[in-house]
Amino acid sequence: MNNKPLRSIYLIPYTAWVLLFVIAPIALIVYYSFFDLTGQFTLSNYANFFSSVYLKLTISSFWYAFLITLFSLLVAYPTAYFLTKTRHKQLWLLLIIIPSWINLLLKTYAFIGLMGLYGPLNAFLETIGIGKQQILFTDFSFVFVSVYIFIPFMILPIFNALDKLNPALIDASRDLGANAWTTFRRVILPLTMNGVKSGIQVVFIPALSLFMITRLIAGNKVITLGTAIEQQFLVTQNWGMGSTIAVFLTLFMFLIMIITSGGERGTTKVGKVK
Amino acid sequence: MKDLIRGVILIVIISFVLMVINSKLGEGGSRSSKDSITVYNWGEYIDPDLLKQFEQETGIKVIYETFDSNEGMMGKIEQGGTSYDISMPSEYMVEMMAEKDLLLPIDYDKVPNIQNIDPYFLDLPFDPKNKYSIPYFWGTLGIAFNPTLLEGQTFESWDSLWDPSLKGRVVLVDSARETIGMGLNSLGYSLNSTDLRELRQATDKLNTLIPNVKAVIGDEVTQLMVNNEAAISLTWSGQAADMMYENEDIDYIVPEEGSNLWFDNMVIPRTAKNIDGAHAFINFMLDAEVAAQNADYVGYSTPNEAALTLMDPEVIEDERFYPDEETRSHLEVYKNLGLEMLGIYNELFLEVKMNMN
Repeated sequence: MNNKPLRSIYLIPYTAWVLLFVIAPIALIVYYSFFDLTGQFTLSNYANFFSSVYLKLTISSFWYAFLITLFSLLVAYPTAYFLTKTRHKQLWLLLIIIPSWINLLLKTYAFIGLMGLYGPLNAFLETIGIGKQQILFTDFSFVFVSVYIFIPFMILPIFNALDKLNPALIDASRDLGANAWTTFRRVILPLTMNGVKSGIQVVFIPALSLFMITRLIAGNKVITLGTAIEQQFLVTQNWGMGSTIAVFLTLFMFLIMIITSGGERGTTKVGKVK
Repeated sequence: MKDLIRGVILIVIISFVLMVINSKLGEGGSRSSKDSITVYNWGEYIDPDLLKQFEQETGIKVIYETFDSNEGMMGKIEQGGTSYDISMPSEYMVEMMAEKDLLLPIDYDKVPNIQNIDPYFLDLPFDPKNKYSIPYFWGTLGIAFNPTLLEGQTFESWDSLWDPSLKGRVVLVDSARETIGMGLNSLGYSLNSTDLRELRQATDKLNTLIPNVKAVIGDEVTQLMVNNEAAISLTWSGQAADMMYENEDIDYIVPEEGSNLWFDNMVIPRTAKNIDGAHAFINFMLDAEVAAQNADYVGYSTPNEAALTLMDPEVIEDERFYPDEETRSHLEVYKNLGLEMLGIYNELFLEVKMNMN
């Protein structure tokens, strides 16, 4: 099976995929970003991006993506840890994964009903004496629904990392006198850091470009880079500006990939020791 | 490995069988584009019974597809690969599509029912002599509100939305021309202003409305109003009619400073395959009885004069949906301001939305 022609045949699907669906689109976006509405070559789109409104938009997108990732992590890590300790862990994991198969928009619409003034959430707040609150169309509802949507994607890689962790290492740590907190901080966390990093990647990056939820749940009070791109292409029909925002979004993504994939030394290798 | 191959083969066979069945079902009575037309319309914008009636009367099968924005619709037609025989753009979009040479001229020999249309709605600036388009429905933009959820506030003008007692209650439309237009109208400027100073003033005025804004959304607002979730919204007249149909407490007004008067129009895209069928469809929709039934179903205002005589007098005397000419003279039709201006409107609107956080 090791002859060369066969190996290059195997390479075809991968190369074709990367060329057609990764390199070509990015090249096109970069190309379009240099043209204005009349089809003239220009750098004005880039100048425009650094105007106050788009800069503010970028900062707020990052802030919300950060919040969403942080809360997803805070919920997902303990959940994943708990799951690895249960007896039928694959079943429990499946129960968490199943809702992520349902279309995102359908789930979002459900939240409009749940969080409405006459929805169950407000009915609950009223019975415990807090009274009706405007929940829908707030920052809170936006972060809450986004976290709900992203949690399964955060749990999976962390679960896999924790599951692969050799229990003997924890026993060793305890035998050597480390308490539970130190064991977690010095042994478990470093060994599962890769799971956390891939979790952050799959949550933070899509969170930057969330759209529709911004309108349906946040009532456009939160606007992300994704919304701005959609508007430029569909409403304003300014493909140049839309592409420019997309170029920056792509750059941010690479940046995050580089940051979260750094430091793949020692730690992972130890994890693989059996 | 054997199981895997068997599985894959099974899936391929099943898919193929389903594909054959699907194409057999799709054929129905029609074998070619000669006896079918494809209608591309807004959602919920026609009485489905009329499509059946048209099929029975003419033997032409109707394939019906929907869109939810003028720009999206134009994009699809412009990119090609579609063969829509009828579409329903709004007035500024008719102008834009005509400029881009995406429309076919209408042959009035095949549309005798054009005489049913009120001349007031013909030969308008966006399509002189109705070369490419025939009005389908018309309406206004105004304020829908639910008095039972409010403390006696009344609405006559745009300015009443700025009332400090309405904190967090006003729902706006996620569309730049409408929202910036409201700012312009409230200052007494034209909806079609291209004066940057006026646009700046309108944006600043909208920024002061922010404390009162509950959300900036699209069609979802209908459900929110019907369910008493929202009390006040910037709404098109037909959408308001939908709300009132389901929730009788809701009322609708067109503000006195002026507002938008709009038209959705039947056109034949350049990509049409069955041009005769398209004309037959237009002529059918202009028939007095058909137009009356359709207006009754859809709830927007019909430009069909002959149809009005067949409709419930209570409906057509309702000033909220059929304003008299005096009121209409305060209203403005959107002009196509060009892509550059549209970009400026959208950037200003984005700024207002960003300030809400």
